[in-house]
Amino acid sequence: MAQIRIENVRKDFGSFNAVKSSTFTIEDGEFFMLLGPSGCGKTTTLRMMAGLELPTSGEIYIDGEEVGMKPASQRDIAFVFQMFALYPHMNVGKNISYPLRSQGMPAAQIKKKVGEIAEILGITDILNKPVGGLSGGDRQRVALGRAIVRDPKAFFMDEPLGALDAEFREHMSEELRALHDRMNATTVYVTHDQLEAMQMGDKIVVMNHGSVEQFGVPQDIYDWPATKFVAQFIGSPSMNFLDFNGMIGNGGDQVCLNDVTLNIPESIEGAKGALSFGVRPEHVKLDDAAPYRGRVKATEYLGTTQIVTLETANGDVKARVASSDKVNVGDQTGLSFDARTITLFNAETGLALRSQANKGVLIHG
Amino acid sequence: MSFSVTEPSKGTKWLAGVLVIGYACITLVPLLWIIATGFKSPTDSIAYPPIVVFEPTLEGYVNLFTERTRATPDMLEAAGEPQTWYDEIVRERGTVISGPSRYGERFLNSVIIGFGSTFLCMVLGTMAAYAFSRFKVPLKDDLLFFILSTRMMPPIAVAIPIFLMFRNLGLNDTHLGMILLYTAVNLSLSVWLLKGFIDEIPIEYEEAALIDGYTRFQAFYKVVLPQAATGIASTAIFCLIFAWNEYAFAVLLTSGTAQTAPPFIPTIIGTSGKDWPAVAAGATIFLVPVMVFTILLRKHLLRGITFGAVRK
Repeated sequence: MAQIRIENVRKDFGSFNAVKSSTFTIEDGEFFMLLGPSGCGKTTTLRMMAGLELPTSGEIYIDGEEVGMKPASQRDIAFVFQMFALYPHMNVGKNISYPLRSQGMPAAQIKKKVGEIAEILGITDILNKPVGGLSGGDRQRVALGRAIVRDPKAFFMDEPLGALDAEFREHMSEELRALHDRMNATTVYVTHDQLEAMQMGDKIVVMNHGSVEQFGVPQDIYDWPATKFVAQFIGSPSMNFLDFNGMIGNGGDQVCLNDVTLNIPESIEGAKGALSFGVRPEHVKLDDAAPYRGRVKATEYLGTTQIVTLETANGDVKARVASSDKVNVGDQTGLSFDARTITLFNAETGLALRSQANKGVLIHG
Repeated sequence: MSFSVTEPSKGTKWLAGVLVIGYACITLVPLLWIIATGFKSPTDSIAYPPIVVFEPTLEGYVNLFTERTRATPDMLEAAGEPQTWYDEIVRERGTVISGPSRYGERFLNSVIIGFGSTFLCMVLGTMAAYAFSRFKVPLKDDLLFFILSTRMMPPIAVAIPIFLMFRNLGLNDTHLGMILLYTAVNLSLSVWLLKGFIDEIPIEYEEAALIDGYTRFQAFYKVVLPQAATGIASTAIFCLIFAWNEYAFAVLLTSGTAQTAPPFIPTIIGTSGKDWPAVAAGATIFLVPVMVFTILLRKHLLRGITFGAVRK
């Protein structure tokens, strides 16, 4: 098992810059998520770690050894592909044993090892079947089996649940996480699904347009997004942004929106001009007495909670409130915001302004 | 694969069946004609109107494989009773067998040149197609077009230059020369066909093999080749059929040691121009290898022809 370090890695495809200078570290045994929208460079980053693409510049360390230019076959890692990529001309058992045969392991030992793996994954009964007729879940298990069979230094997974249907996905993600905890292997997992990333990951890197937007544990990324992009991408519905023109001094803990003064965490980075007041829907309360006003535009019923969309002077705001609250479309109401959870953004650069609350977790890519 | 097309009605199926059988009959007539002629006597073979029911004889086959000389009655007497059934057949015409004909050699030449060039074409074609399909080749599109452009004229258009070139290189009437020539003519077809097949094989299979600890070349022959078997088989059939049937170059460039069967068969007819059964027998035997090869690979061929036509 291994620590993986990415330093200033960059990848160009012709004139297209797929990954801009990325730097982050994956600790030994971590379940690490590479999260971002399609085309953000997350898969390219993973493929560079695996040796399927060579970086244009920068270094990749696995266990302290620089492997950036080494072929995939010499990196001792396993890769699970989105479409599984099981060898169609081999049966299940042969697929799983294939990595062992490249090492020239004796047949008896291979058989024992494949048996063990099949036991773990619960696929003992299909070992002799061709892979063509398998269900999505079984294919996924065989692909995992092929990955874990030779105890590699790290597992790389490229949207491994993407090809499964929603219902089965949840089940498989639990299985994956359980498998990781059991093997305690460093795992790098690419996904565009923020829920999956939050659910399974020990740590998350959020990428966009080829650069790392934020890097940290799921809770920090959710609570203290480093950029507007992260705030928008993570959470459903995403964070509300109230755009305003104003200023905040160093050490200030209030901003003035539309003549209403709102409390925020103590700032340690003053700014002036176009700003954004970021607040998650669950931190917006409907409070008739509050001075900041809005009009109810729509409600969405979600079981225990409902999402209320309000029209305000600074744009629409979504609030997550209990379903039991009576809200009627067209009502005028006041909005109060949980001051401890507010993040201010520079509306032009999209970067979060540092405050006492988020200074510990803010790492701009 | 799933189809949402409604099952054709009984009448439609019946009509389709009749049409297919009718078409098959029409295309099979020349073939049956040749096979039948092989078993006719020379007189029956040129009878007009043609005789459909006839007394079969192996004379054509005997003539195909033997050289005969006309013998005087004295000589026949001196030779004694015919020893074998084929001696008997030639005796009836007042001839004796003077030795084997060269059909066997020519046939063997066809086998060597046909299968040799097909094999070479497959080896080179698969590797070239793989490279074009997977690697960043400078000027890839231009090169592919250039390869295709060698097919844009009938190969025989360059017969004279090739003849001169072969003469200077000492390749005239050699197996090597013919193998190289047929390989060169077929290579464009095989590169293009095989590239299509290899393009369809997801690159993830090879990447999986690379990750699993195999080298690029191992990934190629252990993972890509088995997947491309269908395409390779159908391409091989096309190449073999061309090389096997090729006549014009064979006439021009071979006359003796490397002569293939197609230019040889017409010469069997002899100076009298009457030995059609022997010609037909030669043609019938000549059909067999390609037929066997195609039947052996027909499963692949069918899949190969429809490959990529249906999205899976």
